[in-house]
Amino acid sequence: MSTPAELVGWDVARLGVDGRVLEVVRAPAPVLSTPGEAVDPRAADTVQLAADLVATMRVSPGCVGLAAPQVGVGARVFCVDVSEHPKTRDHHGTFVLCNAEVLESSRNDRSREGCMSVPDFTGEVKRASRLVVRGELPGTGEQVLVTANAFEARALQHEMDHCAGLLFLDRVAGAHAVHARKTYL
Amino acid sequence: MTHHAITVLGHDRPGIIAEATRILADLGMNLEDSTMTLLRGHFAMTLVGSGEVEAAAVEEALAPLTAAGDLTVSVREVPEEQVSARVGTSWVLTVHGGDRPGIVSTIVGQVAELGGNITDLTTRLAGELYLLVAEVDLPAGVDVESLRTALRAAGDDLGVGVSLHEVEADDL
Repeated sequence: MSTPAELVGWDVARLGVDGRVLEVVRAPAPVLSTPGEAVDPRAADTVQLAADLVATMRVSPGCVGLAAPQVGVGARVFCVDVSEHPKTRDHHGTFVLCNAEVLESSRNDRSREGCMSVPDFTGEVKRASRLVVRGELPGTGEQVLVTANAFEARALQHEMDHCAGLLFLDRVAGAHAVHARKTYL
Repeated sequence: MTHHAITVLGHDRPGIIAEATRILADLGMNLEDSTMTLLRGHFAMTLVGSGEVEAAAVEEALAPLTAAGDLTVSVREVPEEQVSARVGTSWVLTVHGGDRPGIVSTIVGQVAELGGNITDLTTRLAGELYLLVAEVDLPAGVDVESLRTALRAAGDDLGVGVSLHEVEADDL
């Protein structure tokens, strides 16, 4: 089997359907703690879900990624777009992956994360800052590699955790690593 | 629904938390926020819980914990606090250096002078090294650079290092 090619230049327009903005569910919704099912990346409902995830991410201020369980769908599909984030080094723009898995990860670093589905807490989480992920593109089903670093690597791991039924709360470094979110006016 | 502030303090041994929380559960109490830790080897539990039960009854139910004479328990009814949104910014304050009296009071005094509110604070003494880590809310408009300068000056007088950095949390 040949090695998949690195993801380049994906665009949500390739999906050919309009995304709908969905409601983001919050913990303790059971779907957030349930491993998502593998999907058929070519199926019409997967393509629609991919478009919906991107549409919902884009209307959510500061949102750099969204996974299917966060919109109430227990499926291994997520989108990421860290291109506007100040901590980003390299990035792949907007993309959606189905059935993604980590092939390589290294160089852990620790940082405080928040999540739209856990709005009242933030937590210190150690994650790899170098990552190689393999997944399938919605629509074509083409297998691609995503070689990510820094903030994009962190975002990918956070979304893949959602697809596995894990929240950042499952990975915090200790009893003092979860903080009440400060809500500022 | 009544809220109670409950503390359990004293000699540590395995099973204190299990016993205390079982008693509270049997009373139908719901533990809301709590911290439980060891302070210089002493067990320390502080929690706020709610239920349909009088403080005296809770204290009586927890009495078996104190039977050996090495744990003290207190139960006090407290009003429900409304957590309001704050105007300002969130910071982590770290102080470390040689132990001596007055480190905490001097440093947090600087924060209080500017209307800063400490929402969490832990200190640890290990050998000669004293460590303080605090989460601080600063009101909008506070000149952080002058606070930092004042904290460093106070730290210099005490012979400890002080750092203040803004809390960053990335939404993913």
